[in-house]
Amino acid sequence: MKIHKYDTVIVGAGGAGMRAAIESTKRSRTAVLTKLYPTRSHTGAAQGGMAAALANVEEDNWEWHTFDTIKGGDYLVDQDAAEILAKEAIDAVLDLEKMGLPFNRTPDGTIDQRRFGGHSRSHGEAPVRRACYAADRTGHMILQTLYQNCVKEGVEFFNEFYVLDQLIVEEDGVKKSAGVVAFELATGEIHIFQAKAVVYASGGTGKFFKVTSNAHTLTGDGQAACFRRGLPLEDMEFFQFHPTGIWRMGILLTEGARGEGGILRNKDGERFMEKYAPVMKDLASRDVVSRAIYTEIREGRGCGPEGDHVYLDLTHLPPEQLDAKLPDITEFARTYLGIEPYTDPIPIQPTAHYAMGGIPTNVEGEVLADNDTVVPGLYAAGEVACVSVHGANRLGTNSLLDINVFGRRSGIAAAEYSAKHDFVELPENPAAFVEEQVEMLRDSTGTERVSEIRKELQETMDANVMVFRTEQTIKTAVEKIAELRKRYKNVSVQDKGKRFNTDLLEAIELGNLLDLAEVMATSALARKESRGGHYREDFPNRDDVNFMRHTMAYREVGDDGAESIRLDYKPVVTTRYQPMERKY
Amino acid sequence: MATPVLDKVEADSAASPYITATFRIRRFNPEVSDAAVWEDFTVEIDPKERVLDALHKIKWELDGTLTFRRSCAHGICGSDAMRINGRNRLACKTLIKDLSPEKPITVEPIKGLTVLKDLIVDMEPFFQAYRDVMPFLVTEGNEPTRERLQSAEDRERFDDTTKCILCAACTSSCPVFWNDGQYFGPAAIVNAHRFIFDSRDEAGEQRLEILNDKDGVWRCRTTFNCTDACPRGIEVTKAIAEVKKALITRRY
Repeated sequence: MKIHKYDTVIVGAGGAGMRAAIESTKRSRTAVLTKLYPTRSHTGAAQGGMAAALANVEEDNWEWHTFDTIKGGDYLVDQDAAEILAKEAIDAVLDLEKMGLPFNRTPDGTIDQRRFGGHSRSHGEAPVRRACYAADRTGHMILQTLYQNCVKEGVEFFNEFYVLDQLIVEEDGVKKSAGVVAFELATGEIHIFQAKAVVYASGGTGKFFKVTSNAHTLTGDGQAACFRRGLPLEDMEFFQFHPTGIWRMGILLTEGARGEGGILRNKDGERFMEKYAPVMKDLASRDVVSRAIYTEIREGRGCGPEGDHVYLDLTHLPPEQLDAKLPDITEFARTYLGIEPYTDPIPIQPTAHYAMGGIPTNVEGEVLADNDTVVPGLYAAGEVACVSVHGANRLGTNSLLDINVFGRRSGIAAAEYSAKHDFVELPENPAAFVEEQVEMLRDSTGTERVSEIRKELQETMDANVMVFRTEQTIKTAVEKIAELRKRYKNVSVQDKGKRFNTDLLEAIELGNLLDLAEVMATSALARKESRGGHYREDFPNRDDVNFMRHTMAYREVGDDGAESIRLDYKPVVTTRYQPMERKY
Repeated sequence: MATPVLDKVEADSAASPYITATFRIRRFNPEVSDAAVWEDFTVEIDPKERVLDALHKIKWELDGTLTFRRSCAHGICGSDAMRINGRNRLACKTLIKDLSPEKPITVEPIKGLTVLKDLIVDMEPFFQAYRDVMPFLVTEGNEPTRERLQSAEDRERFDDTTKCILCAACTSSCPVFWNDGQYFGPAAIVNAHRFIFDSRDEAGEQRLEILNDKDGVWRCRTTFNCTDACPRGIEVTKAIAEVKKALITRRY
């Protein structure tokens, strides 16, 4: 076991982590711990753009953007946070341009902008061009640009270091962060990182679904580490299903495809979104479009022999436009489906895409231990966090924005905290929990396979807590997850070595997924209403009287050692927008 | 407007898709033995699936010790470059049907970097070469309040080299790099190109001097292996030639 001391430790090297690291490294001695090499993060898979009311191509302003974000989030958005997001968006984009990001340009040489779902002019009148983009690889360019600037700033990375535990120490009745425990993939060695401030930027948890746009590595490691240590998780029932994943594979095809004029069609060739969203049509918000697709499929208008998908039609767009604006996604269709998007429509289905919920934070990125109390020295930003700027449904292009605005804020806040505070003393045997977990999994002679339990988890999540949910389906999922958690105790790995033991890591990741799936299903069961990405067929309406509030889930351990989840609620911050019916 | 129809996929999905394929994988684990060996695994798999899907099937169902890097699974993150049937490719972007699966499909680590375990190599020398070419925008003078202006044509000038995902497929396909790891390698040059030809950048001269070194662009023997290997379709050899030309003419 090695012990390291840093002022600030950042967990994760995707967009939020590297944006935080650029700020933090300028102000404090910083280490970035990342389970992947920095440019491998799933930020790189984001395609369409980053929202900011630059008004480069048409009239726009940050107040319209704020409204769209709140409406898109079905009024579960904290409005003070949304206002910060929309206001700081403009500088966030300009900062990236100055760091070197090669945005597409207008004929005047300014940053070009395009349409995206849910972004409108004048509070919903018509679509607006707000998404700043670099072809259909905006996320890739953000990730590369941030890494380039990390190289420039001399950011210190610990690559393939996997954070397995968050050290929390209680001092004078206050829970404080003392550091993290990490597992070095190359050697199997355990490292303690004592730090004055820790920033979680470890990304999402989409791998508990089967059809997902998420990377294999998105297993909710940060959420699980904090949750296990008694910190709450907020709004975990809200998960976004992106309308256009490649049929069966789930690979993302950007909403920018519809922003460029692409149209969704059912088996009759009908542009069905006209029925569901007369104004915004194919550019309604993602939850609305995903439900529309499944409604078409359920009512027998799906395509293919099993009627289980619809088409994304780009055939009416000029090939030059596809080549210039959507080169990557058209290549995905060619590579993975053998389809030529110039001439043939692309089979698509909704794909599990983004966790709106996560570790609760305030607008400075400080993690909350309950509805109000901050955990000194602990921060979170990006998909792992819940500020909440996305509420019940995130708008497209707002996540690349979120990682930049709140990555920057949390990096600054963490470094400023480190400058003013001393180290919190490490608990006794800080590595005990991780050592026990690793040894148990490595030495287990159990008969259960990681891959089998993960497969059953993903199948039950897809079948029961996806786009449409009912009390019955969610209960089925809760019971199945409980069974899988029991079987997980009997799981074993074949690789007993220390070197690059990815077999062991997959087992640990599965444990995280099981914990978080349980939180998600439990939170979904209690929310007896429909809002944004959470749609209950047995409660099809939004219920502002009883449920315009955030879910806060806590892990409780009884005297007998039995684990349970306790649900509490937190009020939504409302400033200037009163809830209205959501129409597109 | 005509109703879109899609006969091909519909017809394909009706038939039983599975075939039996053998994967001949180069195994190495110094915890077990100092020698690398070939090991065959036979799996039932849909040939429309990726080589990465086959590797997962092997790891998850046959041998959990098989070790490789992967993340996004669709050719964006750059984790899973490997040598498949003797050619560098991404396992997640290579479909089994395109590899003559009636014969054993060989999978081995990329060459020229130290193998650490099975298909995992030491990426540090690769990233060091990248860091050495100043892969970031350098500007002088006061920053403008708004964005820097750049014409669409100037933006287009370096578009191709912005696609790089740092997977190392190009560098580890280069015979010069195999023989001498001191050579910067194609990926580092591609990333230098991305800034040298960016109209906003002001450190082109410095980067050119770095690449004028004895281990720089002049080592390139234009074998085009890198261009063939690039999973992003970057014209790597052309980019290297443009850097060579810029060194001679000092115009870029």
